[in-house]
Amino acid sequence: MGTRTISVVENILDANDRIAQANQELFDSTKTFAINFMASPGAGKTSVILRTVQYLNSRYRMAGVDGDVATTIDADRMAAIGIPAVQINTGGTCHLDAVMLSGALPKIELSEVDLLIIENVGNLICPASFKLGSHLDVLIASVPEGDDKPYKYPKMYRGVKATLLNKIDLLPYLDFDVEYFRKGVEVLNPGLAFFQISAKTGDGFEAYIDWLRNQIDVYLERA
Amino acid sequence: MHELPFVESVLKITVEQAQQAKAKRVVGVNLVIGDLSSMVDESVQFYWDIVSEGTIAEGAKLHFKRLPVVFQCKDCGTKYQLDGKHLACPKCGSTHVAIVGGDEAHFESIEIE
Ligand SMILES: Nc1nc2c(ncn2[C@@H]2O[C@H](COP(=O)(O)OP(=O)(O)OP(=O)(O)O)[C@@H](O)[C@H]2O)c(=O)[nH]1
Ligand SMILES: [Mg+2]
Ligand SMILES: [Zn+2]
Ligand SMILES: [Zn+2]
Repeated sequence: MGTRTISVVENILDANDRIAQANQELFDSTKTFAINFMASPGAGKTSVILRTVQYLNSRYRMAGVDGDVATTIDADRMAAIGIPAVQINTGGTCHLDAVMLSGALPKIELSEVDLLIIENVGNLICPASFKLGSHLDVLIASVPEGDDKPYKYPKMYRGVKATLLNKIDLLPYLDFDVEYFRKGVEVLNPGLAFFQISAKTGDGFEAYIDWLRNQIDVYLERA
Repeated sequence: MHELPFVESVLKITVEQAQQAKAKRVVGVNLVIGDLSSMVDESVQFYWDIVSEGTIAEGAKLHFKRLPVVFQCKDCGTKYQLDGKHLACPKCGSTHVAIVGGDEAHFESIEIE
């Protein structure tokens, strides 16, 4: 009984990509704009989201999805400011994927939501490999992580439409070369939107929120 | 720890292909994985041994062809790999560059009996 080799042309992540596509079709059917925030642990995803929500609360009906390895702390923080939030406990998995998201969507009344904010699991390595079906992917980098991140984790910067550099209130205390950082980002993703912000002080939020509002309004045909 | 869904997808495709080819069992699975795809070979094999149990692919050995992250300069055409510090073209210094390899996560072939 001999061994035969047969060639197979299949992409391994196609299954995820197909479900991501289905998620997006679901969002589109209810005209819900979905944003996926990605960052390393502690970069400030929840802090940025909470402040973003304050700016947009009167304009859009919002809901949140929070990916977390085990706790519900971040979803609770969203709920505390009046945003219904669903927690996805990934049970140890280091990113959200399209299947996990699709499992959480029935818990949200999407037809009553204009803006769905997704906080991915804190991780710079892999969330970019697993599309969710979101309309906008945003990477949050933070000053304490260092200015060499685009050079070390090029993939994360490639698929996103915007990079937020958070914690700029710490720039005076750390050796962070914004130009070096920005150059790396620009090489990997020419023309991508880049904003410097502080979720602590609120610095830089006006420009970022203006841009974000425009993205959402174009989608909702309110622009 | 994200290799599990990845492995489940590999198994599904493997079993489908093996059945189509009327195989008795799968001996090996040859995958092409780029270094940007953030899959760790050992973890993939670990989960594989668990999820393939009781299937036509039980005991099959996974083989990985690893491909590096490759950049290409759009100005002079030079292909190069990252050193973790610079992204610009090492030959002409241009930052007009593109990632042309390293994203791969696909099958090459399966070995069946
Ligand atoms: N100085 C400063 N601290 C900040 C800023 N934004 C967030 N932080 C702090 O950074 C820490 C982490 O913030 P989170 O918003 O919880 O970060 P996260 O990315 O959601 O964290 P995980 O969900 O645990 O991965 C907290 O102590 C925040 O108070 C900022 O702009 N400046
Ligand atoms: Mg958080
Ligand atoms: Zn992962
Ligand atoms: Zn060049």
